[in-house]
Amino acid sequence: MRIALFATCIVDAMYPATAKATVKILERLGHDVVFPEGQACCGQMHVNSGYLKEAVPVVANHVAAFDTADYDVAVAPSGSCVASVKHQHPMVARSCGDAALEARATAVGAKTYELSELLVDVLGVTDAGAQLGSYFPHRVTYHPSCHGMRLLRLGDRQSRLLRTVQGIDLADLPEADQCCGFGGTFSMKNADVSSAMLQDKAANVEATGAELCTGGDASCLMHIGGGLSRQGSSTTTLHLAEILASTMEEPASVTGEVRVSTGKALR
Amino acid sequence: MTTFLGMPALPAFGSGNLFAGESFPKAAHRELGNAQLRANLGHATHTIRDKRQAVVSELPDWEQLRDAGSAIKESVMARLPELLEEFEKNFTARGGVIHWARDAREANEIVAGLVRATGETEVVKVKSMATQEIGLNEYLEEQGIEAFETDLAELIVQLDHDKPSHILVPAIHKNRTEIRDIFLREMPGADPALTNDPPVLAMAAREHLRRKFLTAKVAVSGANFALADSGTLAVVESEGNGRMCLTLPETLITVMGIEKLLPTWQDLEVFMQLLPRSSTGERMNPYTSLWTGVTEGDGPQNVHLVLLDNGRSAALADEMGRSALHCIRCSACMNVCPVYERTGGHAYGSTYPGPIGAILSPLLTGIQAEENSSLPYASSLCGACYDACPVKINIPDILVHLRSVDVDSKRGTKKVPSQMDVGMKAASWALSSGKHLGLVEKGLPLGRLAAGRDKKIKKLPGIAGGWTQSRDIPAPPAQSFRDWWAKEHKSPAPSRDEKETQ
Ligand code: SF4
Repeated sequence: MRIALFATCIVDAMYPATAKATVKILERLGHDVVFPEGQACCGQMHVNSGYLKEAVPVVANHVAAFDTADYDVAVAPSGSCVASVKHQHPMVARSCGDAALEARATAVGAKTYELSELLVDVLGVTDAGAQLGSYFPHRVTYHPSCHGMRLLRLGDRQSRLLRTVQGIDLADLPEADQCCGFGGTFSMKNADVSSAMLQDKAANVEATGAELCTGGDASCLMHIGGGLSRQGSSTTTLHLAEILASTMEEPASVTGEVRVSTGKALR
Repeated sequence: MTTFLGMPALPAFGSGNLFAGESFPKAAHRELGNAQLRANLGHATHTIRDKRQAVVSELPDWEQLRDAGSAIKESVMARLPELLEEFEKNFTARGGVIHWARDAREANEIVAGLVRATGETEVVKVKSMATQEIGLNEYLEEQGIEAFETDLAELIVQLDHDKPSHILVPAIHKNRTEIRDIFLREMPGADPALTNDPPVLAMAAREHLRRKFLTAKVAVSGANFALADSGTLAVVESEGNGRMCLTLPETLITVMGIEKLLPTWQDLEVFMQLLPRSSTGERMNPYTSLWTGVTEGDGPQNVHLVLLDNGRSAALADEMGRSALHCIRCSACMNVCPVYERTGGHAYGSTYPGPIGAILSPLLTGIQAEENSSLPYASSLCGACYDACPVKINIPDILVHLRSVDVDSKRGTKKVPSQMDVGMKAASWALSSGKHLGLVEKGLPLGRLAAGRDKKIKKLPGIAGGWTQSRDIPAPPAQSFRDWWAKEHKSPAPSRDEKETQ
């Protein structure tokens, strides 16, 4: 299959390892990966902040980059960006009265998948250890992220994949379905409330005794990781694509002080 | 909608207790500082959330019920003028009197006039959001009429001279020791040996209220539903105080928003399943009172209904926002909202707090009302409210819509554009082409410099400083993905055309 990678702006600029891991996984499964070079961003920051007019060129650019490219399906390692492509792009096109753009945006949205959705529903991955060679001997906890959970209805696809990684010690995160408090510009406009939400999320992450908190959205992970770092915690964050891409021969590089898990729950 | 119920061509915005006194971030900052409040709220919302989840998951057709509730409400909004007329005809035919109120002031004047006509100076009240919205108690007090709240939580708030913090559990922000202290201080004749045991507190309130019920000649209520086909009003409650107010006095005055209508009795069935489960987490609420006009020799002999617009026509005129009027005030959205859970209701200023308040208040007053323009931003858009709402109001989408109305209404009005305006413009340029983004990414090494030796950025200027208030930013990587792909990705997949020619 020919798979177009939508790296998303934050992963492209700040977390290239996540995009590289996504490419690795797909190539390991024997697929061709293409990177439509005109791509930049899904525009959700603009839409969610109310700057619809400013979102139009961003959305138009995404649609142009993807509807001219040659691929079967597109994938992004981010639930919120996929939700934006699927739900917000047609709406933005409608808001500026561009019916043609709306139709093209809807078509691109229909071909765009979040990574776990693509792996489980389209590529039939049920056992990451066996099919991808995923090996990650660490105690990990998992934050599901709001948009993946509620807008895309990813259900347990991500945690199911994580559970099948060899050597992993997956700890349940208390109150996992609670928002981490990022919310794009919410974290700046309502910095106090956002910080209070983050504090609780960080405390729950710490309570699991995990070395790492993983998830499917780089922005939430940046937020949670940024809070943990400020609090001087040794727990860090890592995108689930990097855990899935990690193998015995090529282990994911993990920053921070990471203890190798015994495979048993740490108390 | 040019002539709507005799209202002016342009629907007027609402007045009364719909305005935040200060911006949400400012009010939230203050409320977040109250550790006791946060603990009380966290405990209460978690308890009720779990209860709701349990009773909702008992119903295999919950999703269909939500769809049905949403569809009925949508059809009500589509033919509201017609249904209101049908209701008026039936209500009047059964001996009730209808009064139309454009805004809070008109509604207050109507109620005060009706009470004055009875010669009474005291009224008992059933908990009502509509009368909170118009500030009826305060208005009546100015007119020399005392209003006694009879709902336990509402009574606590009233005795404490406080404002409700939640639409269903107005005293959610108080714990039982605080409540005992309020009773001892404010309740005439309270037993000095009162303990903070909930049944003891409930009994004290009951004794206090009994005296009022047995003497009151006038009651004021709200209504949860109005059935157009029979002219019937309904109140749903759990303590029985409502039932007392609705049956004992001679005069009953109900104040109700025009959106509360349901077409038929059959429709009520759907909502009687949705409402109690969503609000109190019960399968069924203990008391549901329905009354249709006047019955000679039984119950109130003078029955009035004040139909309140107060910005509802304006909200109805907003195509994207109008579904906010579907709200049945169950409070499920606030109980699951992470923002509400931490700030409480007072941070929202208006009578309507939480996610629904963040959209309903600005819809009723107009986003141009500066006091309410920060409300639609009081959400991380996590979507928990939309999932919980029994009538499926897409609160996150309406929040985003109102943000865009806010941004657009301010375009070109500012002498100096805000940091946000400038930032969004710049980001729009940077993110509207792969080339532009690639250029910006060339600046990433600068970020590495700013990060210093521990590879963390700890302080950013301007509005971005909100982020670094409690979070670090990792140093950017040496190379963007885009750059890596162009320079180092081993074998870029050839296009299909190239493949075919190979
Ligand atoms: S918006 Fe929905 S969940 Fe919130 S109070 Fe209204 S009906 Fe209940």
